[in-house]
Amino acid sequence: MLEYTPDRRPTGGLRLPAHKEASTAQPIARGFVPRTLVLALQQHQGPPTTPVVRRGERVLRGQVVARARALRSAAVHASTSGHVRAIEDRLVPSVHAVHRTRCIVIDADGEDEPLPPGAGSAWPEDPEKQLKSIRDGGIVGLGGGVFPTAEKLGPQTPCKVLIINGVECEPYISCDDMLMREAAAEIVDGALIMRELLAAPECIVAVERDKPQAIEALLEAGRASGDASLRLADIPTIYPTGGERQLVEMLTGEEVPSTHYPSEIGYICQNVGTAFAVHRLVRAGEPLLSRVVTVAGDGIARPQNVETPIGTPIGELIEFCGGYRGDVDRLILGGSMMGYALPNDEMPITKGSNCLIAAARTEVRQDFSERFCIRCGNCGTACPARLLPQELLRAARDNDHALLDEFGLTDCIECGCCDVICPSHIPLTEVFRNAKFAHARYQRQEVFSAETQQRFRRHEERERADVQRGKDLQDQIRHEVETDEPARQQAIEAAIERARQRRSQDTDSE
Amino acid sequence: MRFDVAPGPHTAPIASVPITMRRVLYALAPAALAHVWFFGSGFAINFVVATVTALAAEAAVLRLRRRPTRVPLNDCSAIVTAALLSFAIPPLAPWWIPAFGAFCAIVVAKHLYGGLGRNLFNPAMVGYVVLLISFPAELTQWIPPRMGDLDYQHLAFLAHLSYSLTGALPTDVTVDALTRATPLDLVKEGLRSAQTYSEIRAGSLFGGIAGRGWEWINSFIALGGLYLLYTGTIRWQIPIMLLVGLLFPATLLWLFDPDRFATPGFHLFSGATLLGAFFIATDPVSAAESDRGRLIYGAGIGFLTYCIRTWGGYPDGMAFSVLLMNSAVPLIDRYTRPRIYGRD
Ligand code: SF4
Ligand code: SF4
Repeated sequence: MLEYTPDRRPTGGLRLPAHKEASTAQPIARGFVPRTLVLALQQHQGPPTTPVVRRGERVLRGQVVARARALRSAAVHASTSGHVRAIEDRLVPSVHAVHRTRCIVIDADGEDEPLPPGAGSAWPEDPEKQLKSIRDGGIVGLGGGVFPTAEKLGPQTPCKVLIINGVECEPYISCDDMLMREAAAEIVDGALIMRELLAAPECIVAVERDKPQAIEALLEAGRASGDASLRLADIPTIYPTGGERQLVEMLTGEEVPSTHYPSEIGYICQNVGTAFAVHRLVRAGEPLLSRVVTVAGDGIARPQNVETPIGTPIGELIEFCGGYRGDVDRLILGGSMMGYALPNDEMPITKGSNCLIAAARTEVRQDFSERFCIRCGNCGTACPARLLPQELLRAARDNDHALLDEFGLTDCIECGCCDVICPSHIPLTEVFRNAKFAHARYQRQEVFSAETQQRFRRHEERERADVQRGKDLQDQIRHEVETDEPARQQAIEAAIERARQRRSQDTDSE
Repeated sequence: MRFDVAPGPHTAPIASVPITMRRVLYALAPAALAHVWFFGSGFAINFVVATVTALAAEAAVLRLRRRPTRVPLNDCSAIVTAALLSFAIPPLAPWWIPAFGAFCAIVVAKHLYGGLGRNLFNPAMVGYVVLLISFPAELTQWIPPRMGDLDYQHLAFLAHLSYSLTGALPTDVTVDALTRATPLDLVKEGLRSAQTYSEIRAGSLFGGIAGRGWEWINSFIALGGLYLLYTGTIRWQIPIMLLVGLLFPATLLWLFDPDRFATPGFHLFSGATLLGAFFIATDPVSAAESDRGRLIYGAGIGFLTYCIRTWGGYPDGMAFSVLLMNSAVPLIDRYTRPRIYGRD
């Protein structure tokens, strides 16, 4: 495998304190078996799965508990053995927020009994079936986006480059780093499997430069694989170069158009964890049962990376890491920049949960007072989407939707760079997040009112036309009557006749 | 266990307005000390008067506008304005000169536009220009630097203070006897009366490159500017382009006719060139917002300054150039908007 350095500088971005030393000081902890599992039926972007187990039923590790629908879906498996306690609605963390969704709750029996060997289906020959097998294996994008992997590997768009994303630029998160160090060969193998599926002419593994051990391991594995076309790009350590759009720009110089996904212009990005999961599925027949989760922050007794069964309640995972230490100010799911704070630790780890931060007071912002924007422009310099956050801020606070469009609100990736660099401590990301909701609502209303207006206008036109037609008719009659003496006489007589009739009718009815 | 939630990003901010402003003050400190060493305590007196007036005016206006006073007052921006103004005012000035200048800067230039962050014009420069137009005589009372005139008698601190407060000078001294033209004045007048540049330069007020004393003060200002660049308090676009905008025409014309035009070195170390490049034009509020816009903004200020110095009616043109470019900022911003990622 060839190592190279892309000759582009990332747009914007920040060098941030990494906070990864503690969690990378020891190998990934394995063999953790939780007491409970909470398996959400929807852990991917797409329609929910259909449960196939009943209350009280015993399930084994690796057994499908919810089946994938045909497309844009991924099956859910029991990640340890136990009994189904309930199928009920629970709060579950998803990509951007907590939401309520149906879950299968399993009381684990601690035996961690797997399905009998050979129960899993073998890797098929036919590409169509291979995709189905990935869907049934429950594999989704493990970088946090949880997009069903099969959908991204389908034959829709010809793939120019398969990008294996091991950049992991966000502070605190180190699960990909540790996985690359410990399972580089498996990741390379998974990447090659995906490349074959995509018939991609090129495959680039991208890793941030601050992970020398991971790079070393990957190079070694690449060499061992004997595939000469694999390349490893070392990426400057700048947040958020690991974002899909940023990474595509960095590696290819091409920008992903605002209205498109990277895959639509031929760049397929897959996370290293996903590559590992594909390898497990294809070579060992094992579906996605666990993922590496970074447990970090000053508020945790033993920060580390843990191979965590999907569905483990967060509290149990924290317990496994020695519990909380000192005053925990916030419990954050995801990294410190794009993650969000959880209201409690009863929710489960899902396929998309890459990192858990128990943050002490000193690690997070405490003073929420803000000053006026001094137009210093730091935010614009830091913005990877090349927006002008200070202008967006003004437009958002004025509710000026035309300006919000012009300044590219929807192009904001909510990376938080502008926010942390702002000397006036304006919560820019929060403002933009809220503005996006308001803006979407406004646009819906706009569409609605445009439709209503159109309908109304058509209605009015019809009415006007009717009225006009009536007038024309009257005019015509009047005209005929006025120009034609006998007809006039006739009309007068007819009118007199009508009046007489009416009168006689009136008297009749009395 | 339950937790409080708060919006992300979940990290402490890495910059703050008071820290930025304080850094600016630190960066100005060496130049201020040099100023006092070369020109006497006048600078210190002016600075104190300007600071007190600026803070009092800011507090009063905030009170009038029914705004909280604590947060805006402790951001140090009023002190920065006062310091910049003090560098522009001659050391020998009655107390109401810095007071009036600071008052105009804070009340007219800053708060009538809505306070820090909303002002269209650079407050310190507005204050200075108002003074320059209203009290041209007082603003040209520059005194020579130490070592400029060898037989020159410098005023002691108390004499400075008493002149500032009451206008009284020691019995055997008059204002006329104290004041001298600045190097920029001399060059301008000299060239106008058909002296060659090298003849003018032979005068005792000149040092190695530019005016005696001024060279040093401006070197310290450049040092402060480098500190600001190094700490990331300012970015390079404005200062570098300002210097380019000024030195490029200066070099061209000087090469063309070294007798009739001052050297680029003289321009660099005279008047407000370096102060303007690193401290005045970089005021974020009144500058262009995008990096590209700032290139144009900086270059414009430099070029205008050169034009005013060479052909205009004032010996230095930094203040006017800054204000002119301030008024061009909305236009610059409109045409230098960065292209959004993924859009045409
Ligand atoms: S970083 Fe903050 S203060 Fe500076 S321009 Fe942006 S919003 Fe304004
Ligand atoms: S949060 Fe949005 S506006 Fe701010 S830097 Fe990131 S992309 Fe730019």
